Amino acid sequence: MSETAVLYDHPGPRALRRARLASVVGAVVVLAVVAGVFARFYQRGHFDGVKWEPFSDPDTWRAIGDGLVNTLRAAALAIVLSMVTGVLLAVGRLSDRRVLRLPAVTVVEFFRAVPLLMLIFFFFLASPNTLGSYGALVAGLTLYNGAVIAEIFRAGILAVPAGQREAAHAIGLRPSQTMSLVLVPQAVRSMLPALISQTVVVLKDTSLGYIVVYPELVRIGRQIYDNFFNIIPSIIVVTVIYVSMNMLLSWVAHRLERRTRRQYGKAVLSADVDTGAAV
Amino acid sequence: MDTLLDNLGQILDGFQLTLVLFAGGAVVALVLGTVLAAMRVSPVAPLRWAGTAYVNVVRNTPLVLVFIWVVFALPELGIRFSFRTFAIMAVGFYTASFVTEVLRSGVNTVNPGQAEAARAIGMTFGQTLSQVVMPQAFRSVIPPLGSVLIALAKNTSVAAGFGIVEATGTLAELARDFPQALYWLFFGIALGYIIIVAVLSGVFRVLERRLVVVR
Repeated sequence: MSETAVLYDHPGPRALRRARLASVVGAVVVLAVVAGVFARFYQRGHFDGVKWEPFSDPDTWRAIGDGLVNTLRAAALAIVLSMVTGVLLAVGRLSDRRVLRLPAVTVVEFFRAVPLLMLIFFFFLASPNTLGSYGALVAGLTLYNGAVIAEIFRAGILAVPAGQREAAHAIGLRPSQTMSLVLVPQAVRSMLPALISQTVVVLKDTSLGYIVVYPELVRIGRQIYDNFFNIIPSIIVVTVIYVSMNMLLSWVAHRLERRTRRQYGKAVLSADVDTGAAV
Repeated sequence: MDTLLDNLGQILDGFQLTLVLFAGGAVVALVLGTVLAAMRVSPVAPLRWAGTAYVNVVRNTPLVLVFIWVVFALPELGIRFSFRTFAIMAVGFYTASFVTEVLRSGVNTVNPGQAEAARAIGMTFGQTLSQVVMPQAFRSVIPPLGSVLIALAKNTSVAAGFGIVEATGTLAELARDFPQALYWLFFGIALGYIIIVAVLSGVFRVLERRLVVVR
């Protein structure tokens, strides 16, 4: 752990002995807590074979697969639509014209301040028949994440060296050409990691579909445990699926970020943009 | 418009509950997040692993799923509270993982000389962390901490899906009774959230100006 080594010196023999003792004690405490939780679940029969039996049935996994597909379907459509929304809003916000800038700023600030669940409720209640739970979920995700992605885009475009914009103006490009031919293509590269981190957020947020009874992964998990009364095994399975998907995506984003930083000097980090951190 | 004004009392009750969830969740998240951050930078490997595991699992779990764990799985462990307390715990546990990451990156921005000087005058690891490093880290993390807490304020809305009628739940209830007033209700309640977010970001901007350390 070289990054935290600042907090302590190279340990001498006594410090090493103490650290080893603390490690043993710490390990015992951590293991005791984990074991206590497991023992309790075991005691209550949550790890009985019966409770896990549904997971040996291919039909259960087919249902989980359907739920996963529904989750990914909503996430994919929402990501594509919110990218489009985000680009339009960012370009509007960076425009020289006030007629474009003001509405873009208003829309971005509004959708960043309103909770996503409330947007989903609104669309669901406004047109339950035409949109349905899927449409309401995607519409809510699109507007909320569109506003967040607009901010990522804006940060990316502002991070392109000023000389690029000036050079584009100097060779006579119009502002719209400067944006589309010079700034956006360069900005996209540095924003890629932040955009991928945002897909993790979108993926997690599709679970709000649970509340409007869209049959995504969490809702399917709920159906499984309502059927088989095996709540702990079901939510363990759903949690493992979510955590592994998201860790994989975060890992990809991290790799890209390192590569981008190596090649272009810097990347727009999601931490640099006020993304309203998750959900 | 009339519907909005007629039901203002109910809407304000909803926002009161939202603020209770926010305040409770913020306390849980800051305390637990600080403890976990200390674990993640500690010289004791098992504690470090436990902290890392918590952050990786909870941060990658959807908040809805965290709610399900807290509301339905904790009672199986024999832990029972009111739904309101459970909601506070759920948003608190979830937000704690983000607070931990913010604080940990804050610790890494503190000048190594500070910790070395603290050790040179004979402070122990605990003293170094609590008296020297953490106070400085807290200041440099004010802006990201602000966005985490703003996210927390908005995340309290998920409690609406678990039988708690806070502001977002009020929208669902009132819109069922007065479907024709949906737009007024939506923009009225949205305004409430906008005010909360604006106040929070204002507070954090002031804090940032007051506390930020020049290095």
